[in-house]
Amino acid sequence: MTSTDVTTERFHLALVGAPNSGKTSLFNALTGSRQKVANYAGVTVERKAGAFVTPAGRQVTLLDLPGTYSLRGRSPDEEITRDVVLGKRPGEAAPDLVLCIADATNLRLTLRLILELKRTGRPLLVVLNMFDIAQRRGVSIDVDAMSAALGVPVITSIAVKKAGVEELRKRTDEFAANMPAVTAGDGWTPLGLSEMKALQREADRIIRDTVKMPSKPDTLTTRVDAVVLHPVAGLAILALILFVMFQAVFSWAQPLMELLSDSFGALGTLVAQVLPEGIFQSFLQNGLIAGVGSVLVFLPQIIIIFLFILLLEDFGYMARAAFLMDRVMGGAGLHGRAFIPLLSSFACAIPGIMATRVIDNRRDRLTTILIAPLMTCSARIPVYTLIISAFIPAETVWGWVNLQGLVMFGLYVAGIGSALAVSFVIKFFMWRDYQPAPFMLELPDYKLPRLKSIAIGVYTRAKMFLQRAGTTILSMMILIWFLASFPQAPAGAEGPAINYSLAAIIGHALEPFFAPLGFNWQIAVALIPGMAAREVAVGALGTVYAIEGGKEAADAIGQALASKWSLATALSFLAWFIFAPQCASTLAVIRRETGSTKWMVVTFLYMFALAYVASLITYTIAKAAGLG
Amino acid sequence: MTVHQTASETTHELRLGNAPRGFIGTIVALQPDIAGAAESGHELERHLLEMGFTEGARVEILHQGAIQRDPIAVRVDNITIAVRRREAMAVVVK
Ligand SMILES: Nc1nc2c(ncn2[C@@H]2O[C@H](COP(=O)(O)OP(=O)(O)O)[C@@H](O)[C@H]2O)c(=O)[nH]1
Ligand SMILES: [Mg+2]
Repeated sequence: MTSTDVTTERFHLALVGAPNSGKTSLFNALTGSRQKVANYAGVTVERKAGAFVTPAGRQVTLLDLPGTYSLRGRSPDEEITRDVVLGKRPGEAAPDLVLCIADATNLRLTLRLILELKRTGRPLLVVLNMFDIAQRRGVSIDVDAMSAALGVPVITSIAVKKAGVEELRKRTDEFAANMPAVTAGDGWTPLGLSEMKALQREADRIIRDTVKMPSKPDTLTTRVDAVVLHPVAGLAILALILFVMFQAVFSWAQPLMELLSDSFGALGTLVAQVLPEGIFQSFLQNGLIAGVGSVLVFLPQIIIIFLFILLLEDFGYMARAAFLMDRVMGGAGLHGRAFIPLLSSFACAIPGIMATRVIDNRRDRLTTILIAPLMTCSARIPVYTLIISAFIPAETVWGWVNLQGLVMFGLYVAGIGSALAVSFVIKFFMWRDYQPAPFMLELPDYKLPRLKSIAIGVYTRAKMFLQRAGTTILSMMILIWFLASFPQAPAGAEGPAINYSLAAIIGHALEPFFAPLGFNWQIAVALIPGMAAREVAVGALGTVYAIEGGKEAADAIGQALASKWSLATALSFLAWFIFAPQCASTLAVIRRETGSTKWMVVTFLYMFALAYVASLITYTIAKAAGLG
Repeated sequence: MTVHQTASETTHELRLGNAPRGFIGTIVALQPDIAGAAESGHELERHLLEMGFTEGARVEILHQGAIQRDPIAVRVDNITIAVRRREAMAVVVK
């Protein structure tokens, strides 16, 4: 290799290892914030790529591959890891060097993986990570002997300390400088059972020869697990964690969300004052600023949800939560790991759907994505509050229950119930032939999460949300502004300008379709902007009924609705919003996460159908009961 | 459950999926052809091998879930694996 190659040719590294061995920590330590999170084309697997520069100035790209115990390719994640290592993944450069990360305190399974990787012929460098913990526990490893026994270079590292990765950068340079000819990928065949057993025996022999383990296991983890995995105490702790998480999402995020939405409101007003009245002013205020604002208000919730998820993941608690909930979720045909994403969806389906990445199996993940929007997200709350306070009397029933609260609770239960029912139906009709993924999960030792790693994780997710979902939501908002503004009202026209717009024309066209649900054309119109974000429906109703103000004037809207709608219509409207086919941002995220438009369309259609049927039934019964 | 001994002093063979919490033993063999498992025999055996369930490994059932004592958390040598009892039926222990 000539000296010019050092800076011109990129060197490709890939991180491979068992789950929880410290791949992501090492990745973060090497690349800092120079990383990009996306999806592998066409699959729901997260692709994390980053870059760093070696001491000699070599440009290196680094892939954080999904964790795996073998090259078997049992899930789409594991297939990605296998294909990238073998250089068979289209559009992905074959790695020049595979960094195999091993948890030094837990070598048995990873050493077998290393022996399996060796057979692919790819150049390997073994990184014994978590060396600090190993030393503290009195594990002593003869690194040179291990390197000789494995036949590949072995180094140690402490991924969560800066100094722990310097050696790795240097080694990358040394390695790249005299790169061996690679003959990988061609002759590789999956291991047979007896070969697997033989490799495990060899791994065990190498461990016997080169590692001295203390006899006592991690007593802290054992003691914590005695409580955390206890059938009763464990569930109580889980409930407590969830309670705090909910509190955080609803109350901590609230001031920030209000601050954001107020700022954007103020900015819009400022624009309205500064610019002359007209179409450009309206575009800036109602289209662009309101559009960007409606995306940004979700940011605090997204950040808080991911903060919790990443913290729990790094602690090692996530696997325990899955353990505790597996049977409960299993009853509805869901995987234990679907629990946290579904829970997050109560805040907003977007982070919930993004969080389904913790589910390895594609079908389990798809089911979870499909039902996540049925969880009552916080954007439905303004709609529920408005209708309930306008139509449901604040009475006390059964001596102590507030009727309004009861209806609210009922709406939540209806959401959860329908989600479980849909999951059940999906299982039975779409994937009847399909066996559920076995639940086999390592429960890692507890670790103290590192602030920097968490910060990087939250930052990359927030960035991704803003970039990708942001563009879609923004364009939807602009489209809706356009529909609500054109054609403009003729001079001297009466009533709100929206009555003359395309939105009104569409509303009238849709009216016959929605009439059986008790919806008038105004509701039909309000449902259109409600697509962008559900709570916008509140403001839209205000606009359509020609009432000034948005959320602040909710009382006024409520009074107007109470005089114009029948109770049957109100109940039907509530039923609609239990399913509320979809905010555009959720649909956009579903498309991105599943890598296909098909699932976006499926979600929209099934939720639309459910909403229609639920409203139809509600309206028909309510009318029959004399509430029409 | 079919076998009730606390395993400490027995050499009786049983299925890990039937063993009570607190059971300590050694893996004798993998016999993966069991009804109702999520994976076919060979695949399940591979999967179990990958998670460290190899002949001769020491196992201990540390915890179990609240509903029908399922799933179980099994110490396999020096790591802890969560697995459903149904799949653990493939593991013969003594
Ligand atoms: N003490 C210590 N903790 C580590 C080290 N490497 C990773 N961790 C912690 O181990 C946990 C899992 O690491 P992560 O990078 O997410 O593992 P991955 O699943 O392989 O990506 C996190 O809580 C990390 O903070 C290390 O070298 N020393
Ligand atoms: Mg990771």
